[in-house]
Amino acid sequence: MRNALLIACAGLALSIPARADRLPVPADAPPSFKAECGSCHLPFPPALLTAPDWKRVMAKLDRHYGDNATLDEKTRREIEDFLLRHAATKSRMAGAGDPPRLTQTAWFRREHRKVPDPLWRDARVKGAANCAACHGRAEQGSFRGRELALPELRKRERD
Amino acid sequence: MKKPVLLLLIAATQAFAAAPRELAQAYAAEASRQAPGFKASPQRGAEFYAKRFAVSDKMPACTACHTDSPARPGQHAVTGKAIKPLAPRAEAARFSDPAKVEKWFRRNCTEVLGRECSAAEKADFIAFVSEGL
Repeated sequence: MRNALLIACAGLALSIPARADRLPVPADAPPSFKAECGSCHLPFPPALLTAPDWKRVMAKLDRHYGDNATLDEKTRREIEDFLLRHAATKSRMAGAGDPPRLTQTAWFRREHRKVPDPLWRDARVKGAANCAACHGRAEQGSFRGRELALPELRKRERD
Repeated sequence: MKKPVLLLLIAATQAFAAAPRELAQAYAAEASRQAPGFKASPQRGAEFYAKRFAVSDKMPACTACHTDSPARPGQHAVTGKAIKPLAPRAEAARFSDPAKVEKWFRRNCTEVLGRECSAAEKADFIAFVSEGL
């Protein structure tokens, strides 16, 4: 009985990413990644989408969520290669939409299930892609609950 | 048509890290070839900065992201990401890298005006954000 419980717990632990709250940008990121992807939004950790998702994002930079983010082919390829090297493999990290959004993966939605709807539209936040509005240390790759920048979220995290 | 201004920009960076003034001069020189006697005007730059072009819903004017004053920090109108002030007096690195300046004029003019900006508009714009009124 006790063994069965232990095995169940171990299985549960294995199914959770090693550290869901640590998502640093991998060290082999080309300088163009931060310069190009990081000027309008946080340079998102590549592990937040799967390889097919990133390919679709990088194939349509002229229609990049309402913006034209076209790059020269050398830079585009360099960034795509980097994203693919570190892309997620689990199906819960598959994005939805075209181009796919990393804010609509099953994983992202589950992680943010306690966030009340109006907060996504709050002037300080503006949308789900603005990680740093709530995750004060997102730039450093840290997404721990205790670091949440908005007080109303810290309370929810504790509840 | 674009080559002379680029050559001037490259010459400006080779001598020393380009200051906003050199960049504005390069754009003004290009503009005066199209309209002899052109002189950059901070006043026209200010009007351009505040103008509502209304081509884009979320970014109808420069001010949509950069606020009413280029000396203040802004916020991306769509993503919410913080934007450092445009004015070199508030953010020293602004208008010092010609390639970066060209890239952002191209992207933001296309977004906000629905077309690329002219050399005259760029010269006026830099005159306004770097000198103020």
